Amino acid sequence: MTGPGEPDVTFELAAAHGLNLAEYDKILALTGRTPTYTELGIFSAMWNEHCSYKSTKKWLRILPTNGPCVIQGPGENAGVVDIGDGQAVVFKMESHNHPSFIEPFQGAATGMGGILRDIFTMGARPIAAMNALRFGAPEHEKTPHLVAGVVAGIGAYANCFGVATVGGEVEFDQSYNGNILVNAFAAGLVATDAIFYSAAKGVGLPIVYLGAKTGRDGVGGATMASAEFGADIEEKRPTVQVGDPFTEKRLLEACLELMATGAVIAIQDMGAAGLTCSAVEMGARGDLGIELDLDAVPVRETDMTPYEMMLSESQERMLMVLAPEKEDIARKIFQKWELDFATVGKTTNNLRFRVVFGGREVANLPIRELGDQAPEYDRPWNPPPKPPPLGPLDLSGIDMADALLKLLGSPNLCSRRWVYEQYDTLIGANSLQTPGGDAGVVRVEGHPAKALAFSSDVTPRYCAADPYEGAMQAVAECWRNLCATGATPLAASDNLNFGNPEKPEIMGQIVGAIKGIARACTALNFPIVSGNVSLYNETSGTGISPTPTIAGVGLISDFSKMARIRFARSDEVILLVGAPATWGTHLGQSRFLHEIFGQKSGPPPPVDLGREKAAGELVRALISARLATAVHDCSDGGLAVALAEMAMAGNIGATVDFPGNGQSAAVFFGEDQARYVLTIAPADLEKVQAMAKTANISAPMIGRTGGNALKLGSARAILLSELNKVHSGWFDRFMNARTE
Amino acid sequence: MKCAILVFPGLNRDRDMVAALVHLTGHRPQLIWHTETKIPPVDLLIIPGGFSYGDYLRPGAIAARSPILEEVKKHSAAGRLVMGICNGFQILTEAKLLPGTLMRNASLKFVCRKVQLEAVNTNTAFTGAFLPRQPFSCPVAHHDGNYFADSPTLANLHEGDQIAFRYAGDTNPNGSVDNIAGILNRQKNVLGLMPHPENLVEPAHGGTDGARLFHSILEALA
Repeated sequence: MTGPGEPDVTFELAAAHGLNLAEYDKILALTGRTPTYTELGIFSAMWNEHCSYKSTKKWLRILPTNGPCVIQGPGENAGVVDIGDGQAVVFKMESHNHPSFIEPFQGAATGMGGILRDIFTMGARPIAAMNALRFGAPEHEKTPHLVAGVVAGIGAYANCFGVATVGGEVEFDQSYNGNILVNAFAAGLVATDAIFYSAAKGVGLPIVYLGAKTGRDGVGGATMASAEFGADIEEKRPTVQVGDPFTEKRLLEACLELMATGAVIAIQDMGAAGLTCSAVEMGARGDLGIELDLDAVPVRETDMTPYEMMLSESQERMLMVLAPEKEDIARKIFQKWELDFATVGKTTNNLRFRVVFGGREVANLPIRELGDQAPEYDRPWNPPPKPPPLGPLDLSGIDMADALLKLLGSPNLCSRRWVYEQYDTLIGANSLQTPGGDAGVVRVEGHPAKALAFSSDVTPRYCAADPYEGAMQAVAECWRNLCATGATPLAASDNLNFGNPEKPEIMGQIVGAIKGIARACTALNFPIVSGNVSLYNETSGTGISPTPTIAGVGLISDFSKMARIRFARSDEVILLVGAPATWGTHLGQSRFLHEIFGQKSGPPPPVDLGREKAAGELVRALISARLATAVHDCSDGGLAVALAEMAMAGNIGATVDFPGNGQSAAVFFGEDQARYVLTIAPADLEKVQAMAKTANISAPMIGRTGGNALKLGSARAILLSELNKVHSGWFDRFMNARTE
Repeated sequence: MKCAILVFPGLNRDRDMVAALVHLTGHRPQLIWHTETKIPPVDLLIIPGGFSYGDYLRPGAIAARSPILEEVKKHSAAGRLVMGICNGFQILTEAKLLPGTLMRNASLKFVCRKVQLEAVNTNTAFTGAFLPRQPFSCPVAHHDGNYFADSPTLANLHEGDQIAFRYAGDTNPNGSVDNIAGILNRQKNVLGLMPHPENLVEPAHGGTDGARLFHSILEALA
């Protein structure tokens, strides 16, 4: 069945497609013959790491994915969570790491496009986006170029599409020098009785292609994303797709309009591995066969082969099963939005995936086995070694004020304004909190009081030191950031970024991290409803820090009570909720240790999920009772940085009384978990302390707001203007130096 | 007030504008799809913000050459109000309903932030509720808001008292000439404005300064 100009399929060709000998033998057994070239392409697309999760499937099963509010867990285009009143939030986070390193603007843009499509494929109108970005060291020659390209690419796509970017992360670390991370999140709103799924239903129904034309861009992209980078990386640029947000915006409006007519029976977007993945998933999930006629596929390049059409990752395309009697209505809507559409096949009852081109059968494969029989590996793994305890530090010579200024002006703690001002944070007119706080908050349109909070978190240096504790911390911090706005955390998406799983020490990180996520999500009733795994984040044998990004969603029942991080008034009492008796002094893996002592050592701060839960519940109760006037979680940089951020945001100073001793630096910069800085009116102190006592959570009073300076213990007072100057300076200087 | 919003494919702040008008007037404006051939005789026609035709070629260039623009011109020639916000402003300059042009921001980057504006000519249907030279808040969100006009055109704009809004203080986000944020045509019935007052009309937006634009129009039409 070799077509004209097509190579003969051999094991060597299969190996060049990323398939190993055992996998190739399995293909031969499944087909009972040598596969065609197109079939080989289909197998390589379905069975690569990116699409099949073959290294992680075994471990992903231990994640909690159910809960009273979960409508749809992992396995669909996105997770769906009930928010009451007949509405649901649809969300997911997904990586676009490899393409963004090769071609930052288009790689990041199409990452945004892909995640947005996942959301509206389910019938939801996107209302919020976030992105978690990790770049190499600032000094690395490629870093400024990658930052500029990725940020501009995300902005170009999200802004034009018209979704508010309300949160995210930007971090610099040398472990990402050769593999940056671009994790994009989107969330949408849908009526619970109008959610759309990908499983095809009904035999003999038309399969309709909608959206942009198919070109050669992205052919082999998913396979590329499942391999390490080597010296030939520049050659991979043509595997990156090109985004067209204008078409995506029209596709959104056309899909939502079409869905409202009842014409859509099933729908699946074409993402990784394009037509192949979407058609197989629709058939396999619906227990149906699929027949495709590639001659009907709208193409934008000449002489495209069936192999190229099946593997193209051209963007802004959808596949749907339409109700035949509504075809005219559908046609009118597609024409209104000037989108290509074509009937490219039909559903069948024979459970085969049959592809025809030029009257020739180019593929005929068992559809369920393509998905179900994908190889699954129980890869060997070494439990990560526990980090040695932190050695003695001489803190006696530390000038607290200087240390705080150094931290606030450092690449990882300075203001991200340079980044987020390139994103439209307001479109939709529902943004209640934009980047700069603990979580982004967006009002639920059509409801007088409800809002949704979004936060994305992970601390890779904690995960590198201890994947299990680090992954628990990622979940805990995300959960805490939602609580800090007053939101009840509902559920989360996990975006697991690791190196090469074929190395037992990397597999050990993956296993440890998934176990940590599972434990923390279970304890905090915070199920994982969607996610994505990105492996082989390695260049020339060097892997990234393990980075299990957690993107969570919370529900605020009355946004008039929502908390913000800014100090609201002078002469208020500052409490440290959730603090241990010492207030917290854990310096292992802290920003302070890295910036001041140049060390990345010791264990990460331990996570006490019981205390985390109780502290979060107390904070939510205080917000709900309108007792908390400002709330901020303590994370990177510890108490001192949290206080500085609250002071700068509110333009109100504070004085924190800590009896000076050798431990001041540890207290102000320790990164102990489960802590919130919270302000209250002095008159409410007794009431609040009683509530804390009942919750069995310590909430020591640590100072008062007021003045135009921040004074920490016996350190010199720092004027807010000086804090602002240092905090706002680094990013602009860094990016402007690039063009000079 | 009877109001309609003209929608081209790729515009995306039409929903924000509808929400603002519903909030401020209690009435839902009529939406006019770009392929329609007539614009009803409404009091106010709005071309909202976004990326018509993906901003391909130049922002506003393709929309400005679509047939419905002839109807917009007739609407304005009849003395009825036309307001273009952001991409709408770009479409109006591309269609020559307003002089000058909107270039790429001086920073070459998209910018979304709150800036300070001040009304300059407060004696128009769009600006009557503003106090002259009194700064107020307004968000911007654009990549191409750097207003430019050559010296004779600028002199004409000043002479005709056609500057509606300026960026105040040192908050000009895009490098526009004379800090211009919004201009009027000679007859003062067509306004083009880069910032987004529709995103600052209720307390949940963090302020209501933008509502004054709509109050001006309501008062003028009352």
